[in-house]
Amino acid sequence: MVNLTINGQAVTVPQGTTILEAAATAGISIPHLCYLKGINEIAACRVCCVEVEGEHAMVTACNNPVRDGMVVHTNSPRARSTRRVNVELILSQHDCKCATCVRSGNCRLQTIANDLGILSVPYETQLPTGQRAAWTTTYPLYRDAQKCIKCMRCIQICDKVQSLNIWDLAGTGGRTTIDVSHNRVIKDSECALCGQCITHCPVGALRERDDTQKAFDALADPEKITVVQIAPAVRAAWGEALGLPRELATVNRMAAALRALGFDYVFDTNFSADLTIMEESAELIARLKKGELDHAPMFTSCCPGWVRFLKGQYPQLQGRLSTAKSPQQMFGSVAKSWFAQRIGVNPKKIFCVSIMPCVAKKAECELPTMATAAGPDVDLALTTREFVRMVRADKITPETLQEEGLDSPMGVFTGAGVIFGATGGVMEAALRTAAYTLTGEEPDPDAFRAMRPGKGRWEATYTIAGVPLHCAAVSGLGEARALIEDLLAGRAHYHFVEVMACPGGCVGGGGQPISMEDRELADQRGQVLYGIDRVQPLRFSHENPQVKALYEDYLGEPNSELAEQLLHTDHRGWKMPGEED
Amino acid sequence: MSRLSIEHPGQAQIVLNGLYREMGRRINASSPGLCPVDMALNFVRLSHAQTCGKCVPCRVGLGQLAVLIESVLDRTATLETIDLIERTAQVIADSADCAIGYEAAHMVLKGVRGFREDYEEHVLHGRCICSLGHPVPCVSVCPAHVDIPGYISLVRAGRYDDAVRLIRKDNPFPFTCAYVCEHPCENHCRRRMVDDAVNICGLKRYAVDHASSMEPPQRAEATGKQIAVIGGGPGGLTAAYYLSLMGHSVTVYDKLPKLGGMLRYGIPDYRLPQNVLDRDINFILSAGVQVRTGVAVGQDISMADIQKQYDAVYLSIGASGDKKLGIEGEDSVGVLSAVEMLRSIGEGHAPDFAGKRVCVIGGGNVSMDATRTAQRLGAASVTCVYRRRIEDMTALSEEIEEAIGEGCQILPLQAPSRIEADEEGKVAALWTQPQHIGPYGRDGRPAPVKANCPPQRIPCDYIIVAIGQSIEAQPFEAIGVATHRGTILADLTSAVPGVKNVFAGGDAVSGPATVIRAVAAGKVAADNIDAFLGYTHKIRCDVEIPPAHLTNTPPCGRVNLTNRSLTDCKYDFELVKLGMSDEEAQQEASRCLRCDHFGYGIFKGGRKTEW
Repeated sequence: MVNLTINGQAVTVPQGTTILEAAATAGISIPHLCYLKGINEIAACRVCCVEVEGEHAMVTACNNPVRDGMVVHTNSPRARSTRRVNVELILSQHDCKCATCVRSGNCRLQTIANDLGILSVPYETQLPTGQRAAWTTTYPLYRDAQKCIKCMRCIQICDKVQSLNIWDLAGTGGRTTIDVSHNRVIKDSECALCGQCITHCPVGALRERDDTQKAFDALADPEKITVVQIAPAVRAAWGEALGLPRELATVNRMAAALRALGFDYVFDTNFSADLTIMEESAELIARLKKGELDHAPMFTSCCPGWVRFLKGQYPQLQGRLSTAKSPQQMFGSVAKSWFAQRIGVNPKKIFCVSIMPCVAKKAECELPTMATAAGPDVDLALTTREFVRMVRADKITPETLQEEGLDSPMGVFTGAGVIFGATGGVMEAALRTAAYTLTGEEPDPDAFRAMRPGKGRWEATYTIAGVPLHCAAVSGLGEARALIEDLLAGRAHYHFVEVMACPGGCVGGGGQPISMEDRELADQRGQVLYGIDRVQPLRFSHENPQVKALYEDYLGEPNSELAEQLLHTDHRGWKMPGEED
Repeated sequence: MSRLSIEHPGQAQIVLNGLYREMGRRINASSPGLCPVDMALNFVRLSHAQTCGKCVPCRVGLGQLAVLIESVLDRTATLETIDLIERTAQVIADSADCAIGYEAAHMVLKGVRGFREDYEEHVLHGRCICSLGHPVPCVSVCPAHVDIPGYISLVRAGRYDDAVRLIRKDNPFPFTCAYVCEHPCENHCRRRMVDDAVNICGLKRYAVDHASSMEPPQRAEATGKQIAVIGGGPGGLTAAYYLSLMGHSVTVYDKLPKLGGMLRYGIPDYRLPQNVLDRDINFILSAGVQVRTGVAVGQDISMADIQKQYDAVYLSIGASGDKKLGIEGEDSVGVLSAVEMLRSIGEGHAPDFAGKRVCVIGGGNVSMDATRTAQRLGAASVTCVYRRRIEDMTALSEEIEEAIGEGCQILPLQAPSRIEADEEGKVAALWTQPQHIGPYGRDGRPAPVKANCPPQRIPCDYIIVAIGQSIEAQPFEAIGVATHRGTILADLTSAVPGVKNVFAGGDAVSGPATVIRAVAAGKVAADNIDAFLGYTHKIRCDVEIPPAHLTNTPPCGRVNLTNRSLTDCKYDFELVKLGMSDEEAQQEASRCLRCDHFGYGIFKGGRKTEW
């Protein structure tokens, strides 16, 4: 243990503790901006500078460990002056028009500046303009160069967690900024659109393309029948940004809010998650029986960030992806076919909206392979944050709304569909149904809970009907890359692999609410989903009565010709940047 | 697949590395008198371009400092802006992560604190305190302001007598300075922006070596004024020469039998042969200067009498005393002061070091003179002991290299701690305490720190102490001449405050310095004594300067003087340095950029033909 003094208080902490962490244990908060534990400990912003007796210069609290006998002052005149001037310098190169910023109220810089009581900045405003500030308005990921404070978190997340190196420093000297690596523009990069850079940006420099107005326009169009689907992981997080406690932020209260916004039908992506399981588990069994999985696995295909990653980085492996569309897209297909038929309308009149924890979903629904003559299967994908913005725009106060049920038929789901939102959930759900299909018996729904990893890569081998099935689940693209490298090098072999681009799965998705305190909430949100699964009367996708009805009325059986046509896709039908013809 | 490969710098990096070297030379060649605020601005800009971009204070802060300093220059700032500059620079200095940022901020802080009045002048009046007082860098930096481009062009034209005449307008020691000047003129030579400084001193040597004997200029009509110069070194003789040309009657007093001061009794013959010095002194005397050598003021004649007897007195007594080490055993037989030893040699009484082991203590030019002289006097070994590193020695680096080349040993990082004597009281050894180099001190040099090692014993027979010189000012204090820290107090005009007809200059006022600074002091004194006596005499030279060549030589190596074989040199007192060949002198003279004609020189102040 190390003994030191901070602001006159005696503090005892373990060896290796940083000054910042040591101060926190004593209830002393040291403002910081760029620091992201384990990811970005580069002390770039210099806001966390403190005065340490005996040291000539100021010391950054975020990346310097305590020493025995250290005497630290976080609020000495010199510490105050250093903090203030550095924040003023940052503000001089930040577009401070908070009123039009998506992060206002949820911005670290705004909070620090407000707390410091900075009422004017003594320095010249220096914002990039013209080509230096240019960015595409059509790409799902938007970067505002005038708001970037060069904390480097985006670079670090993309490099260290996602292994994609989409972001990098551009230039040196005073014009140093962050831009797409290797002098590319974002559209030409292999960005997976995971959105992790957005959720780790401390300010409003990175966000999703804002599509809320398109949603409002559709809602305002009397000719359109608006159908909305709620992704599993959204229900575990939407309340965070509205200050709603978890017990109030239910999917049924969210349904009430969506109806208040004016949506005609409020459905659940869980329905199509169950449908995905029907198709994917049937495909798994078929490929297994054909011996296709003897040497290489089948990958899940429900995460568009992962699909983009694989196509961009390992295009030779895209044949290993399940051909099943993602739940979002299956939902759209079914909504504009079976559902349209059921309610007797021209599918062209249906405007299909999804609320997703994801940025990549915006790109997925725009793919040419995800449309029919009736238009795109899904017309508009909104992130959880965009949904929250719509709620706030209409001054809807969800805590005052009564919970409402989802609409039928596509609002009916099982516990297996719910857990899609957490890493390992797709695998677990698929195994539940595959086991039933292969053995004809219902397994214990919790038999495959070893696939609930939380972080990193988890592996398990299940013997179903005498057939050993090697399974793995990973979340985070860096982990996915490591797994693929192991496969390619022959260091690992699996039959079935689930990959989620975002750490922790969709609950930790790049479209989810952002924690200003830098808390990684994926685990906590995942527990919400497993809690929902646990209390469901139906916990197997094949038990979903409306899914059964869909097959009976319309599709026939999983992997039938019509199911192939509506619910499966050819991943080679479109190209990632750099992917050869 | 290979994982590592040999790295080569890219083409851009190779070119840039060359530009860095050029920029370094260029900054060193800055003309004196540039606006310090403008330079600070551009240093910040350069530093900002070096930023990697990671940290806020450096990436953003240096840019904002540049904006603020520019607003000062643009006169859009207020006095509060200067405070903001200081506050911002302080935070950058305190919180930048690496030296790129904090050292840049320290530069701004040094400026805003060191020349704040320049900042304020810009804010309040929109201009600088500084100005290009003299536009020709070499002339500006030469303490005597010798017309350097003028005499170099005369060398190029083959007019060596005219070159020497032109030099004598400002410096009556052209021969001496051609051999031993420290040539500060070369430090700011604009040619450094192209390749390297012109070898100005070497060209002067070529001029004097090729000059014939000349008649002195016409003296002005006799004024009847009597002036005494106390001390016949370069400063005193300079004042005497010009005052004599101005028509005054000048008498030089010197306690030693011959004129020349340190030039004769301090600088060894292998650097400055006696006959070279005599050519300057004879010329000065031919201008009508009277001499009383072997007369010590204070002993043979009282200062009060001189002050009464003469209309004006110039004190140029130099710094010919020695300094003591203050260590145990210093009074042992065989401990000599360098100044004393060199003087004895000048007087013809060289000590016999044959077969003896000699230690020299000190790191300045006198110490090198003593070291190399001891070697020439037959010492079996000569060791120069210095308490800092060799690169910290104040002696000219070429002096050190030549001493080493002649077989002397330099022992750095050893502080003398005591002198061991034998039973007869003769030096037996020098004990030193090993040092290691440490932090920078207030003088801006790294200081030695006692190393954790036992003292070392260096057996020797003689110890020569060369750790500085002192001034013997007692005889003059009697008439009210004040001293401070061992030097005589005098104004920048040379006038001694409170003593109405007495002036002083040279080493006695500045402390031990260089020949050219003593000459400059003598020139200033002559001018002000003339004015004090109620005259406005002018010193001029009617030599016509050749027109500038329109094209200067493209980048070309600088001609450096070569030495006789050092292994031969170490046995005699003959001159070591060889002059330039004709073709070398022609090439070197053609490298001069003629700043008197090109640039600001053609507009203002390119040439002063009189003073």
